[in-house]
Amino acid sequence: MTDSVDVLNMLKLVYTIYTLSVISLIGWFAMGVVNPKGKPRLVKPSTFYAYVGVLITVGVAIHIVTFNKIPWVEIDFKRDSIQPAQIVNITIEKHEFILPSPKIELKCNEYVLFDVVSKDLTYGFGIFRQNNSMVTQMQVLPGSKNDLMWKFHKNGVYHLRSTEYSGPKGAHMYIKDVFEVSGCDEDDKYSQKGGN
Amino acid sequence: MSFLNTLINGNEGGLKTDGLTPTQKVTLRAVIVGILYYGLSALEGMMMRAHAITPLPMLNDSHYFSVMTVHPIVGIFGSTYLVVFGAFTFLVPYLMKKPLYSIKLANATWMLIALGALMSWLGGFIFHYAPLYTLYWPLPVDFSQYDAVGGLVFILGIALIMIGTLGFIYNIFATVFYTEEGHEKRPMKPLLISGLGIDGMLNIIYKLSGREPYAKEPAVSLPVVAIFRGTIDTFLDALVILTCGVLILVYIIGDLSGATMDYTSVNALLYKNFFWWGLDLIADGLVLIYIAGSWYLLAMLITGKKLFMQNIARAALLLELIVSWAVWSHHLLADQGQNNMMKLVSGEMVTAFELVTQGIAIFITLVTLWSARPLKMSNELKFLLGGILGFMLAVPAGIIQADMGLNRILHNTQWVAGPHFHVAILVGLTMTLYSAVYILWPTLTNGVKLYSQKMASYHFWAHLIGGIGMGAFMGMAAMDGALRRTLYLEGEYQTYMILAGICGLLLLSAWVVFLVNVLMSVGVKGLIGVFTKSKLDTKALVPEA
Repeated sequence: MTDSVDVLNMLKLVYTIYTLSVISLIGWFAMGVVNPKGKPRLVKPSTFYAYVGVLITVGVAIHIVTFNKIPWVEIDFKRDSIQPAQIVNITIEKHEFILPSPKIELKCNEYVLFDVVSKDLTYGFGIFRQNNSMVTQMQVLPGSKNDLMWKFHKNGVYHLRSTEYSGPKGAHMYIKDVFEVSGCDEDDKYSQKGGN
Repeated sequence: MSFLNTLINGNEGGLKTDGLTPTQKVTLRAVIVGILYYGLSALEGMMMRAHAITPLPMLNDSHYFSVMTVHPIVGIFGSTYLVVFGAFTFLVPYLMKKPLYSIKLANATWMLIALGALMSWLGGFIFHYAPLYTLYWPLPVDFSQYDAVGGLVFILGIALIMIGTLGFIYNIFATVFYTEEGHEKRPMKPLLISGLGIDGMLNIIYKLSGREPYAKEPAVSLPVVAIFRGTIDTFLDALVILTCGVLILVYIIGDLSGATMDYTSVNALLYKNFFWWGLDLIADGLVLIYIAGSWYLLAMLITGKKLFMQNIARAALLLELIVSWAVWSHHLLADQGQNNMMKLVSGEMVTAFELVTQGIAIFITLVTLWSARPLKMSNELKFLLGGILGFMLAVPAGIIQADMGLNRILHNTQWVAGPHFHVAILVGLTMTLYSAVYILWPTLTNGVKLYSQKMASYHFWAHLIGGIGMGAFMGMAAMDGALRRTLYLEGEYQTYMILAGICGLLLLSAWVVFLVNVLMSVGVKGLIGVFTKSKLDTKALVPEA
């Protein structure tokens, strides 16, 4: 099952290739446009319309591909109609996470709903691996419903960090090893205690 | 002796300010102050870059975040707004072939914005007021963390900037519509239709239906259409920011007068929607529209040719305006209280149209340049290509993060700050502005010779490599989980931060070299002379031959 590490690795690859291609394209253009032997040339309108078509296709395709390949998008859309196997209630007040227990065990391959309430400011709720890479996150607004549904597929121990700025104190809203997922067939190699 | 002489008097006699018109002077004042504010913003950026490598002892948490708060205020309003407004204050009358509506108002504009940026900066520097530019409710009125006086200074500074902005807007619209003395009455309807770009759209429709074009010679030139259109977003943005400022001010005054108010009476999500609708009109509205217009103008000036597919460009600018009003939800993709359909339609689908509108601007500009081959690799051309490259990198980075799947793991990470908006602003926007500075230089200085081409070339390469490099390393850190707006005290992303810091230094050095080059060209006397009253009593834009 795809997780955030897979998605970000793919993004890193695709965006790096794109960046290098675009830099090369502009480099080639710069050399061509000042080439003394270069002749003025106009592009046919059909080329322009084909290019616009490509832009539209790419713009739409990105979202269609991610909707189909990134599992949490569909879960997010349907979270109101899915019955969670586990609900984790967390409150945030005065820059502190108030947890139901110091360690929270999460079920593997089951829908877990994180229901987070802010009593004062706008905060963030983010789950991070031992190597600090992000698993997931949401904003936590006072007076709003902040519910994030997630399915874990790998065993691991995860940190909790506020992902939104809430004043200088908010930068220290970080608790290590809060969540533990067990019972899966596979380990999250980036989130093993004492591991990577 | 020679160096000192050049520093004081400028290159080959430097800038003769006695020969500058009031319009030239007001333009140069805004641009000079804007460039100085850019340096302040770059220094702040370097402070934060250094702190990200290893925590600096002189920067405690509240100081660090106050620097982070004022950094975009100084960079966007103090620098970019001033440079852009200064340039457009000259260009709109120049392209409309008539005097600026009010030079007094133009002077008031740059002074209000400069003073406002200074006040906001002082709010952070002295009082450590640090709600960041996002001002997420109720953080700006959390007086358990911040001094209300600091908030007062900061918000009044923002208000001054917005009032100055409204002055600029009035002056631009008035310049487009007014009839100058001795000229026959200019009818408003064709100007308005052309200014909005509706004539371009009608020309396409008429052509498709086999009719004669609606307007063979549009009443307003294409770059002015872009400025006109972008200024509509500038106006709406100023109104929203002013409204939020007044709201925050009410709470600040309440606190200072002992009548503390309940901040829960303002819904944080509703406020966030309202605020982002307005603030996004900068990022996804006026910047993109102004930039497209600037590219078109630069391409036409560099090539001396008409723009490729003018009608499409005009129509695309109208589309961009409408798109810019409907994309704010991409900032709320991680807000679970935000309606999913809003996220899908506004946050994803409409936002994706920016790929199309910006892509059209890039294509039209490049094709126009190509149609005039061979060109000379002048400073304005190389900076223009750098600016286009910046947006070719930054816009797709923005479209990527405006995806419901990817936003879940990119929101508030360094991806947003690095590959997206720093590359957009530093490489895309700033390099376009430098291109405009280089192309307008002879017109605005009455032909002052640049001191050093080598320095101009260093400026280009250091800025380009520094800007793209910094964005790239911040982006790589983001993919390993690095958030923005937070502190990492255990050296978590140190390698990336060191590399981003080196690139930041390159950027800073580029600005220093540019500044020295300008100073050595115009001379200290010339620089000071720009801020004295013009000796020419004329409404003409440039001295009459």
